[in-house]
Amino acid sequence: MAIETEPGTITQPGGGVPAGEPAVRAWWTRPAIHTGLIGAVIGYAFGHWLGNYWASPGVGSPAQYQQIPTADANDFAIVLGYTFMVVGWLIGLGFFNDLVLAMLGRPLRDYQLRNGGDTGMARYFRLTHDHKVVGLQYLVGMIVYFCTAGLLAMGIRAELLSPVHHIFSSSAYIEIVGEHGTMMMMLMTSVILGPFGNYLIPLMIGAKRVAYPRLEALSFWLTPAAFGVLLSAILLGGFHFGWTGYPTLSVQDTSGGDAYAFAFGLMGLSMILAAFNILITVICYRAPGMRWGRLPMFVWGILGTAVMMALAAPILVGGMYMILTDRTVQTAFFADQLGGSSYLYQDLFWFFGHPEVYILALPGFAIVCELLPVFTRKPLFGYKIAAAGMIGVTLLSFFVWQHHLFDSGIDPDMRPLFMLTTELISIPTGFIFLVGMGTLWKAKIRFTVPMLFCLAFFFNFLIGGISGVFLSDVPADTTEHGSFFVMAHFHYTIMGGLIFAFMGGCYYWLPKMMGIKLNARLGYAHFWLMFVAFNSTFLPLFAIGLAGQPRRVFEYQRDLTTLNDWVSISSFFLGASILIFVINFVWSTVVVREREIGNPWNSRGLEWQTASPPPAENFAVVPVVLTGPYEYGVKNSPPVADLNPPVGVLTASLSDTQTAGAEA
Amino acid sequence: MSLPVRVGTLLAGFLAVVGGVIFVVIHYLLAGPPTVDYSAGVTPDSGQTVSIMLQEDAQNTVTSHPDWVSYFIKDPKSHQWVHTTLFKVPAGTTIDVTILGYDGCTPLRNPFWGKVTGTAGDVENVNGTPVATLNSWGSCSVAHTFSIPSIGLNVPVASPTTLKENNSLCGTSPCTSGPHTTVTFSFKTPSAPGDYFWQCRVPCGLGYLDGFGGPMQTIGFMTGEMEVVS
Amino acid sequence: MAAPPAQREPNHAIRIGFTWLVLALAADLLIWFVLGPHLPPGGLASQADGQRFDIKVMAVMAAPVMIFVLLYFAYSIIVWRGREGDDDDGPPIGGNARIQTAWITVTSAIVLCLFGFGTYELYHSYGAGAGEGPSPIYNPPGAELTAAQQMAPWSPGKPVVVQVIGQQWRFTYRYPQFGGFETTYLALPRNQWVQFDVTSIDVIHSFWAYQLGVKADANPGVDNVAYTKPTQLGRITVRCAELCGLWHGAMFDYGQVMTLANFQSWAGASNARFASVTKLLPPYATTYDPTEIPLFKLGKVVKALGLFGAGGGYYPPNDPSQP
Repeated sequence: MAIETEPGTITQPGGGVPAGEPAVRAWWTRPAIHTGLIGAVIGYAFGHWLGNYWASPGVGSPAQYQQIPTADANDFAIVLGYTFMVVGWLIGLGFFNDLVLAMLGRPLRDYQLRNGGDTGMARYFRLTHDHKVVGLQYLVGMIVYFCTAGLLAMGIRAELLSPVHHIFSSSAYIEIVGEHGTMMMMLMTSVILGPFGNYLIPLMIGAKRVAYPRLEALSFWLTPAAFGVLLSAILLGGFHFGWTGYPTLSVQDTSGGDAYAFAFGLMGLSMILAAFNILITVICYRAPGMRWGRLPMFVWGILGTAVMMALAAPILVGGMYMILTDRTVQTAFFADQLGGSSYLYQDLFWFFGHPEVYILALPGFAIVCELLPVFTRKPLFGYKIAAAGMIGVTLLSFFVWQHHLFDSGIDPDMRPLFMLTTELISIPTGFIFLVGMGTLWKAKIRFTVPMLFCLAFFFNFLIGGISGVFLSDVPADTTEHGSFFVMAHFHYTIMGGLIFAFMGGCYYWLPKMMGIKLNARLGYAHFWLMFVAFNSTFLPLFAIGLAGQPRRVFEYQRDLTTLNDWVSISSFFLGASILIFVINFVWSTVVVREREIGNPWNSRGLEWQTASPPPAENFAVVPVVLTGPYEYGVKNSPPVADLNPPVGVLTASLSDTQTAGAEA
Repeated sequence: MSLPVRVGTLLAGFLAVVGGVIFVVIHYLLAGPPTVDYSAGVTPDSGQTVSIMLQEDAQNTVTSHPDWVSYFIKDPKSHQWVHTTLFKVPAGTTIDVTILGYDGCTPLRNPFWGKVTGTAGDVENVNGTPVATLNSWGSCSVAHTFSIPSIGLNVPVASPTTLKENNSLCGTSPCTSGPHTTVTFSFKTPSAPGDYFWQCRVPCGLGYLDGFGGPMQTIGFMTGEMEVVS
Repeated sequence: MAAPPAQREPNHAIRIGFTWLVLALAADLLIWFVLGPHLPPGGLASQADGQRFDIKVMAVMAAPVMIFVLLYFAYSIIVWRGREGDDDDGPPIGGNARIQTAWITVTSAIVLCLFGFGTYELYHSYGAGAGEGPSPIYNPPGAELTAAQQMAPWSPGKPVVVQVIGQQWRFTYRYPQFGGFETTYLALPRNQWVQFDVTSIDVIHSFWAYQLGVKADANPGVDNVAYTKPTQLGRITVRCAELCGLWHGAMFDYGQVMTLANFQSWAGASNARFASVTKLLPPYATTYDPTEIPLFKLGKVVKALGLFGAGGGYYPPNDPSQP
């Protein structure tokens, strides 16, 4: 069953006559965040007790790990506590309700079946199957996570104002560094796929729903759990090994390290689920006429991201699992003297870690390719080249990970090979610039806020990408690795690329997603402050790194004080610009609520052809797609899709598929 | 919801978030053990001498990690033992250090650190006898070290040496009785003010991989800072 | 009716191309001649000098690319702005096969040239100062990789071997060819190849000798070899470049490049000064197991005291030491 050809009807699994519509119960009696929290607390208590019973030495205790009393830290209990906490959280949210009801042969509840049949604010706080609700849940969640991690970054830069006077103890400082890095790298993987991918992809391909709405909702609800677990590390004394978590430091660290490994693994699970959902939705749920050659470039980009997530995240989960067993049950995966190897972790981590950074970069490409045609009023230049670029980056991203390990002492035989693959990946990345520049040729550029963010994306990613070429050269990398040069490079590509694109996407799509326009004046102020402050913060870091300042340090050479102070002050302005964005977002969506229905950007995208926000089932009838989405300036071009196709068109187009018989 | 209700909820939420952030920062990130002040009333670079006293214990009964070894520092005014590793001394001054070693022996990972460096005469006095090098691999002799790497100070703190003593170590803290050694040495603080970290080099984190975790990596136990003020 | 003469569209390609040529040439000349000699990491050692050259070459290749892209964007923002009141779409240019082919060809050529250049530099500088692990493939002549060979006294023609031992939170240096003494000061002779054997006895550190152009991770149980040749006298700063715990930020050493004669007399003097502690050290080896303390030294003590002290107790004693 793929495409529903008639307006949504209520069906029951296994057939049968639907029961009458039951009365909707009051919100506090239905599973939602509050029941989830209760479940989480009960789960943690149980898990912690189980861990203490199982692992502490004592009469009758099965495992008796002797290091637990001597270290006064039962990591096993903490990890089991977290595990049952997540299970309790999911039970409390109602993820197992459908499963249990189906196993018992009872009818599922109507409001969970009907796509978006739930109404009101309460559906944003519970398990909802409507992909649009999940998209907005993700949007708010991602902004919260980004701002939390951003505050931590302010703490880092405050500490680096002086090389000799310290605000935080070295322990607190390295905790903050680790929290900031992990929160960003772990949670921002879904910053575009989560909100925009989940919300827009069905609309862009002409589908009424996603393939796996429950998995999609699960992928979202795991993110607050991961966020909470990661923050709880501070309560446990923090983790002192940065976001990369290299053993043996991560194995011998105090209990905060369990929170790190668990949260990261949990987020890996969320990534896998989100990715599967997107992949199957795009492959199977495209409307008739939505050929691969007409797919919006945003969908191509998210598709590539989903492939990378699905293939790389399992390695992450495996690596984190091994860290946890090394920390709790005395395995020795990463302990050299017992036959393990710290290189094992480095390889596993970076095999995930490199696709991870492309998971972070590719959605940025996707958004700018989508927005440029709208604001230049021209077709996307080189559609096929852009798609090839997305695919090329996706494939090559799995072949370059050793460039993080050029100085590590891993076998040097492969260094030229990885230098080659890393250099090669700049070719598909460069395609995006070709496409962008070609689209700008003889265009009619409208300088709206989203367009400004797109242009800034190209500026920032140029610097980020070229600095990546410097890093791919092994000799130059000897000085640059592990220094602030690398920091500048990845902040330019990830923050300058992804986050700028995210902001552009927010301004562009919020009228569609919430029917509300963000204040344009605040938007321009946000953009200019962010662009100037961002470059002012991160451009000097290239020089600081080449001058010899390593990463994650709180003391540095005195002669670098002026540069560091400049960077720190700029970063406070950068934080202020994000604050402007948050204020704009909250003020516009909660207080002012200036309505914006229709198509304010005059876009030909299929998602803009429905109402803003779209009705519960996206389209009353599955549309038939007539052209590609970038037919600007083409004379006599038909509309992008026929939203009311004549009767018979759909059945005819589906007649040679296997699902024809299931339509009755 | 009407406009005033929305604005009110927003403001309340904003204040709650700000309050939460401030609470976490103050209570968890800025909190730490107290600093014992040995610099009060002493003029830096004046040729005066300051005496400081520390002890290291095999266990402690004042934290939630009773099995973690820990240093204590004696407050010069109250003469109480404070559970901290942060102390403040004046710049350019000779410091006479007395360390009471109540913990038993553990071999150094790198015996190089068994040599005393950075002190007056490059010796330490163990129970009155000057010693230049302690061989932690040849006999039960070293409990912990007191090392300030950036000024080249390294002092291996001697431990009780017999089996009987090592089996009957003081189990409470701060210790006032039990087998122990008295180690004394002196060094001069640098003239440049700043924070100089100090550490123990013996892998004394029992129950952690290779002994390098736990108390060895936690300020207030086996590592801390010497704040030099001018 | 005759149409009014159309306004000639300026040749955008020529305008952009010409401006780019001038700017790119100026930038390249500035980088090569003015900025080049001052680029990091300086010229104290062969590897540092080689890296400086690499950075210079890449900057010269990157500058025209960046100028082209930035110039194009600036041009398009100025010239192709949407005019007030003009709501029409732009020309429907969906692609241009020649431009696309040219772009792919040029970017591939640049990238492959950089790859060739980088590989050549890696080979020709004996590893470019990057840690090559226990089996390095780029070795200067005379390099010796086993502990037994490294303990033989040094003679000209062999690299000077310095073992770098990373530990929380200080590097120490051991000179096997000069008596096996250990020191916290990195002294090196000028104009001799130096071989660093970097290892750790606790967690992963990274030995970054900035002026020498050397960076090699210190992994426990691994001997990571890196080479450099100091060519000028001067001070060396060593920092740890891999997060190794609380005081990673304060983990630095200093050292010096001195003349060969001064170095040899320093080594002799240090050997004598540290003699009392050198005999306590374990025999020189390329790696040291953090958990095994040769029992022959503690044998008597172990029997008498039954003690091994803290030092972990993480894995129970009945765990095999080999899988």
